[in-house]
Amino acid sequence: MSIGHTLLGLLESGPRHGYDLKRAFDEKFGHDRPLHYGQVYSTMSRLLKNGLVEVGGVEAGGGPERKRYAITDAGITDVQRWLETPQKPGEYLQSPLYTKVVLALLTRRDAAKILDVQRSEQLRGMRTLTDRKSKGDWADQLICDHALSHLAADLRWLEPTAARLDKLRKAVTR
Amino acid sequence: MTTSPTGSLLAAHDLRKAYGPTRALDGAEFSVHPGEVVAIMGPSGSGKSTLLHCLAGIVPPDSGSITYNGRELTAMSDAQRSALRRSEFGFVFQFGQLVPELTCVENVALPLRLNGSSRKDAERTARGWMARLEVDDLTAKRPGEVSGGQGQRVAVARALVTGPRLLFADEPTGALDSSNGERVMELLTEAARSTNAAVVLVTHETRVAAYSDREVVVRDGRSRDMERAV
Repeated sequence: MSIGHTLLGLLESGPRHGYDLKRAFDEKFGHDRPLHYGQVYSTMSRLLKNGLVEVGGVEAGGGPERKRYAITDAGITDVQRWLETPQKPGEYLQSPLYTKVVLALLTRRDAAKILDVQRSEQLRGMRTLTDRKSKGDWADQLICDHALSHLAADLRWLEPTAARLDKLRKAVTR
Repeated sequence: MTTSPTGSLLAAHDLRKAYGPTRALDGAEFSVHPGEVVAIMGPSGSGKSTLLHCLAGIVPPDSGSITYNGRELTAMSDAQRSALRRSEFGFVFQFGQLVPELTCVENVALPLRLNGSSRKDAERTARGWMARLEVDDLTAKRPGEVSGGQGQRVAVARALVTGPRLLFADEPTGALDSSNGERVMELLTEAARSTNAAVVLVTHETRVAAYSDREVVVRDGRSRDMERAV
């Protein structure tokens, strides 16, 4: 995830302090990985240096000074460009599971067991996500749906692979 | 043997069933505990529906044992198994299970009526279950007038209306789109868990199986409890 673009996007609805930005980020995008304050301030320094944000005011208080950041026109253009650029789809050609299965077949180990263990682990993960999706808000539902779709796709590969291990073993060891 | 059949509500051991030369079940094992949701998975033709039909007493196995609540299912007469299915089991199938001439509330109330309840009592209980499945606005509609997802919720309400201890669901979301299917599964598992009913769920959909507590995979008529895979 591009933290810089995400923080810029959050600033489009109006200027915010670093603390507010962190809170908004964690609420919508943080899920299991909240931002560290250090990440927010280092990112804002970089955006400031690149002219994508400006300081809209500084409040002095009992603690450190609180800068209020605002997005610039260049920042809005940058967010727009980022949103319009498609994400590169994952190539999925360097799968550790594929490597494990082929190595197991090459060395005459139990490849079916490897697939079964992985299958069980995938479904365990899907149960946790399904439970979170059922109990969560719209953000949980959306992100869990995304993760569930990927785990389900892995499982769709596991089953037919398990069904043709004998043929694969012959092909691999030929 | 299956995972700790001790305390299980239903347990099957070494089930075998052949249709002509085809071995549909070839030594299958299974167990489910009260309140547990177990998914039976496996490729098409692996024997998972045959396993469900044997466990539910619909099809007798050629050999092996099936114990329900301490009673041997394979030793019962057809009439005894029918009585057991009516009083203790609930069923949800992929489609075609509602009576088209009856309204939705009459469909849900039907198992109670067959068990001798008055129409008034049966329909009151049926309305309660329809509310839990979020289809209480469909009471006066006929199955042909409701969507697939709504019809499946009505079918789940009907399966649970008698308070079964064991619910058999064979591809219950197979005819639904994914969001309707998931909502049906949410409501089905919530309702079953709230009454401590066990659920035996046959599905080929991993996202549906993710609503279970545990999965058993059937391949070539043999079952594998995936808890033991790890």
